[in-house]
Amino acid sequence: MQEMKIAVASGKGGTGKTMVATSLATALAPNYEVNFIDCDVEAPNGHLFLKPQISQTQPAVTLIPEIDQESCIACGKCVEACMFNALALLQDKILVFPQLCHGCGSCSLVCPVDAITEKPNPIGIISQGLVNSRMHFFMGELTISEPMPTPIIRQTKKLAADISGITILDSPPGASCSVVATVHDADFVILVTEPTPFGLHDLKQMIGVLSETGTPAGVIINRDGIGDNRVETYLKNQPYPILMKIPYQNQIASGLAAGGILVNFMPIYQQKFIDLYHQIKSILESKIEETC
Amino acid sequence: MQIMISSEGEYLESKPSLRFGRAPYFIKYNLEEGTWEALKNPATDQRGGAGVKAAQIIIDHNITHVLSGRFGPNARQALSAAGLRLITFDGKYISVNEVIKAFKNNDLIEEE
Repeated sequence: MQEMKIAVASGKGGTGKTMVATSLATALAPNYEVNFIDCDVEAPNGHLFLKPQISQTQPAVTLIPEIDQESCIACGKCVEACMFNALALLQDKILVFPQLCHGCGSCSLVCPVDAITEKPNPIGIISQGLVNSRMHFFMGELTISEPMPTPIIRQTKKLAADISGITILDSPPGASCSVVATVHDADFVILVTEPTPFGLHDLKQMIGVLSETGTPAGVIINRDGIGDNRVETYLKNQPYPILMKIPYQNQIASGLAAGGILVNFMPIYQQKFIDLYHQIKSILESKIEETC
Repeated sequence: MQIMISSEGEYLESKPSLRFGRAPYFIKYNLEEGTWEALKNPATDQRGGAGVKAAQIIIDHNITHVLSGRFGPNARQALSAAGLRLITFDGKYISVNEVIKAFKNNDLIEEE
């Protein structure tokens, strides 16, 4: 059983998700079992900072229909059943569009002559290993040109599901399906933003997603000192507390650019991120009390 | 011989649609008889696979040529596999009628 799942998301890209996720994981690793899952499968970068020893890789797959043209009677039932338009009925045969297929299996269920078998279609690689022989590390990496990130995110998370401890999920940017697939079962979401109009705009989109899922969340304002105070003004009327502010500093930028982890190259942040964890924990405990 | 033209509206005077998969309408036109009908494209509001769904509609009608501004890769694959000939036109035509005229005069380009 995972004790706590914390997802780090942002809306806007480049606000510091991976900086926060790797720092939180690194700060907690000496005292807790920590699992780090890089769900940003279209551009995973957590490994560049954590430098894990990868011990195992495996393909991520979707199941796509394979039509036995011999037994297919071209009735078109599978085309009707497919809500993703991944099948087309030509005069006497079915055409499959693997990149549109979500692998739901409806086509093979409705086929009256059992002409459809589902065969695995590799869409990416899932790697796992250890950081400093201690922290569990998982990473999904979608093959370039594959259009569908959610199956590999789900499969990467599933691999880690049986490991106990605190799970940190590094989310993709944006507020689309891949982000929802990352954060939907998290206990808490850290929203990393920056005090700019873009940061605010995309933060609002993420808050829109979280108000649907009902997931508790808090905000980290990164690059504090640039831009304006509209993010803070906006958050005054929201149920999402500001958990931390990280100033815009040359030392932080150059440390990250060198592949460093914030809590390592600026040890003052070590305690701040441990405090962050306890702050999240107490927010969650007070939520549990409310519902009891 | 019947052809299908992607259209923004449901009349011959309507603006031809430069998009195939998400075109609001298709105008089915009979070249010998000059008769026509408008078909609403059920794929316009699809989240994904609009090209394939729209292609399915075209395939289900008895058509030889499909005319649009541009065909996406999935639509192109489905339509070609069904043996249809794909013709493209550019934005200079103000009505479906004009596109049909240009087709008759062989002024339009057939996709490879």
